[in-house]
Amino acid sequence: MQYDDRNQPMRIFLVFALTISAFAQTPASIPRLPSGKPNLNGVWQAMNTANWDLQTHAPSAGPPALGALLAVPPGMGIVDGEEIPYLPAALDQRKQNMAKRWTDDPEIKCYMPGVPRAAYAPHPFRIVQSSSQNSTAAILFAYQFADAARTINMGPAKEAPVDSWMGWSNGHWEGNTLVIDVTGMNDQTWFDRSGNYHSDALHVIERYTLVSANQINYEATIEDAKVFSRPWKISMPLYRHVEKNARLMEFKCAEFTEELLYGGLRRK
Amino acid sequence: MKQRCLIAIALVAAGCMMAQTPASSKVSKPAWHAPRTADGQPDLEGVWDTASITPLERPVALGTKAYYTKEEAAAYEKTRHVDLNRDRRDGNADADLARAYNDSWFDRGAHLGATLRTSRVIDPSNGRFPNLLPAAKKKYDEFHAWFAANPADSAQDRTLYDRCLVFSQTGPPLIPGNYNNMYQIVQTADTVTIFSEMGHQARVVPLTRQPALAAPVTQWVGDSRGHWEGDTLVIETANLRSNQQSRFGVQYEGMSDENLRVTERFTRASPTLVIYQATVTDPTVYTQPWTIELPMAKSNEAIFEYACHEGNYGLAGILSGERAKEKASPIK
Repeated sequence: MQYDDRNQPMRIFLVFALTISAFAQTPASIPRLPSGKPNLNGVWQAMNTANWDLQTHAPSAGPPALGALLAVPPGMGIVDGEEIPYLPAALDQRKQNMAKRWTDDPEIKCYMPGVPRAAYAPHPFRIVQSSSQNSTAAILFAYQFADAARTINMGPAKEAPVDSWMGWSNGHWEGNTLVIDVTGMNDQTWFDRSGNYHSDALHVIERYTLVSANQINYEATIEDAKVFSRPWKISMPLYRHVEKNARLMEFKCAEFTEELLYGGLRRK
Repeated sequence: MKQRCLIAIALVAAGCMMAQTPASSKVSKPAWHAPRTADGQPDLEGVWDTASITPLERPVALGTKAYYTKEEAAAYEKTRHVDLNRDRRDGNADADLARAYNDSWFDRGAHLGATLRTSRVIDPSNGRFPNLLPAAKKKYDEFHAWFAANPADSAQDRTLYDRCLVFSQTGPPLIPGNYNNMYQIVQTADTVTIFSEMGHQARVVPLTRQPALAAPVTQWVGDSRGHWEGDTLVIETANLRSNQQSRFGVQYEGMSDENLRVTERFTRASPTLVIYQATVTDPTVYTQPWTIELPMAKSNEAIFEYACHEGNYGLAGILSGERAKEKASPIK
C-alpha cells in the first residue's frame, strides 16, 4: 500500500484512542489487595457452552423425554485453533464416550469436576484470596457444584502427595497473572458432556488474569502424553457476579443422585 | 469516650476491649495479642487441628469438674488410650466387632485438648448434653425404634454421614470425629472462610449483619453471618436443614429441627492455639442450650481431599447387605 500522508490525522487519532483503551486496561485500574497483588476475591462464572462441548458445536437433541430442556445449546468453541490433538486410540475412546454421554459423564453422578472443568461448570465459584502474604495466607477456590474445593499452595512448589479429583495446585504470580500448576489428578473426570477426557497423566497450567474489575481472562494449557499428541490450550473470560446478593448456594448434588446410584438397592 | 475508644482501637485494640469487659471477667491482662491480617483483623489464618482424646461428654463421676490438673491428665490419658484402643482383642465377639475399624483409621491424636478440659461439652455445667423436651423425645424414640427395625430400606434413610451430606466435623457446630479434624481458615476484608477437610466444605462467612437467606430456604450447612467482638470472631448460623438423623455425627446421636441456631466463637489464644466455642440452641428440641469448646491446634499439614461421595462403596454395601439378609431370612 502506498503511503498517503492525508491519513496522518486519522492515524494519530487511532494511536491516541488505542492508548486510551490500553490505559483503561492497565493493571492500575483493577482491584488490588494491600500487597499490590490483583484482588481476585469474588463470585465468578463462565458464560459459554464449554461444559457441553469444548469445541464449536451445533445444537442437538437431548434425552427425548426432556425435549428442549436438555437439548444441547449451540456454542462457539474455546479451544485455541479448534482442534483437540487426540492420539488415534484416544480419539476412539472419546467417540465411545460421546456415544454414552447421557450415562457415563461423571457430572451425572455428582462427582467433583476436576480442573479445568470446574472453571466452566454451569455454576458459580468463589475465589477466596487471603489479604495477607505471610506463610499461612492462602488462596482457596470454592465451587458451587458438588461443594468441590481446592487450596492453592502459594509457597514453594510441592509434589502432589496423592492423586485426587481436584488435583494438587501450586500457584505463583507472574506479574498480574495468577498461574496455577495442577497435577495429581485422577483419570475419572471428563472435560465436558461430550466425552472429551484425559488420563491420570493430566497436567494443567491455569492462568487467571484480572483485566478489569469484573473480568478475568482464563487460560488453561492441557498436557497429557497418554491421550494427546501435544499440549493444547483453552481460553475464555470469567465474569464477576455483580448482583448485590451474589453468593454460592449449597448444591450437595450427591443427594440428587441417590436414586440413580442406589435406587436398585431399595427395599422392595 | 467513644472517640478515645476508637483511637484506642487503632492503637491498642485489646486495651479498649478490656474497658468494655464486664467486671465479672476474671481475665486481668491479656499476656498475648493476636497478630493482625493485612486488613487489620485478628489473624486466624492457617491450618488447625481439633483432634484430641478429650471425650465429648464428661464422665458422670466427675460432676462439675471442668479441668484436669496436669497429673490427673497424665493418668487419665493412660486409661483413655486403653479404652479407645481398637487393636485390642481381649473382649468378646461383640467387642471385637465394635473394634472392626482398627486403630490406624483413627486420627484422634495422643493427648487431651491443650486446655485439659474434662469434656468437650462445657455447658450444661455437668459437661453432658441436656435432655430432649418430651415432645422431641417422643419423636426421637419413635424414629429410632423404626430405624432399628428398618436400618437400610433406602439410601435416604441412612445417616447423613453415610450419605456424605453432613459430618460433625463440617458442622456447624464443629464436633471432632474419628478422622479429618482439620480446618483451614482464610480471611479477606469482608469474609472468613472455614474450610473443613471433612466433606471438602468451604463455608464462606460474610462479615456482615445482613439478613440471612429467606426462612424457607434451608441448607445442610446453614446460612452463616460473622462479625468481630473484640478479638473474637462470632459466627451466627440459621436456615439449617435437618432430618430425623443426627447432624451431630458419629459420637452423639442428637436431634435438631428447623429452629436450630448455632453461635460459634473463634478466639486466637496463642501463636499455636485457637479456642473454638459453639452454642447450640433449639428451643423445640432441647430443654436448654448447650455449648462445646475445642482447642484448635496449629498444624503444618496441608488439607487433603476427602472424596466421600465419589468413593462411597459403604452405602451400596450397607443396602445390598440388608437386601441379602432379607433374601436369606424373609421373615418380615
